[in-house]
Amino acid sequence: MKAAVLVFPGSNCDRDLAVAFRAAGFETQMIWHKDAVLPAGVDIVGVPGGFSYGDYLRCGAIAAQSPIMRAVAAHAAAGGYVLGICNGFQVLCETRILPGALMRNAGLKFVCRPQKLRVETTDSLFTNGYAQGAEITIPIAHHDGNYVADPETLAQLAAEDRVAFRYVGNPNGAVDDIAGVLSANRRVLGLMPHPERAMEPAHGSADGAVMFQSLAQALVAA
Amino acid sequence: MKATVTVMLKSGVLDPQGEAVKSALGSLGFDGVAGVRQGKVIELDLAQGTTEADVTAMCEKLLANTVIESYRVEMHP
Repeated sequence: MKAAVLVFPGSNCDRDLAVAFRAAGFETQMIWHKDAVLPAGVDIVGVPGGFSYGDYLRCGAIAAQSPIMRAVAAHAAAGGYVLGICNGFQVLCETRILPGALMRNAGLKFVCRPQKLRVETTDSLFTNGYAQGAEITIPIAHHDGNYVADPETLAQLAAEDRVAFRYVGNPNGAVDDIAGVLSANRRVLGLMPHPERAMEPAHGSADGAVMFQSLAQALVAA
Repeated sequence: MKATVTVMLKSGVLDPQGEAVKSALGSLGFDGVAGVRQGKVIELDLAQGTTEADVTAMCEKLLANTVIESYRVEMHP
């Protein structure tokens, strides 16, 4: 059961994400963005939060063109698991592995606080440890978390039950309160909130640990 | 040769920064500003022979996110 955590210049949640994977039992390797291949046997790739390439041009736009993201796209296309958090979600949208885009927060301010989310689907390895409709608390910390997609994409996400989490009290103007979305095969999750920052009661919430534990349980059985 | 690429949010996409600029203009007493859209201008210094199609490919691949943005290319030979 192996995880790979990508590291871009400007990533700053990469080590937190590695700690979270390891706490759940994953053998975890850090992978530099200039590498063109993922280690053999990787089950899940973590695309961490931060400010890859200083958010130049658009958040995640330059990272999306890095050699390792071609390998991640191939991993996802072959049915591999990918978890993109915050800047990682932006990178997954910029690579078109996930639909939509993340714009400047509607209030224009960087928002950093614990955020209530509603679990909208339990039909994924990321979310099947939660109860359907459960309200959980996960920290957010972003300036560009305002999710947008065209009406056809939104209709498709709704029809295919691919909205993983919605904000309870929208912090950034995201359309339909969307905080996280799944790929069509439900094996890629991108979300703005930081589950790796909610791993134990001392963090203020351990609700994020559920995601890593349910992933670990499912992937160890696989 | 040079090219100028102008990237704007698509018309249906709410522009929070443009809205803030509009409201700031209003509070400075500039009445009659019905709308503000903020985009970016990218100037490219190009090798001779670079075509507009090449610059369009740059826009599609990197310079614009066509999910939310439109772009305009002007070539300056």
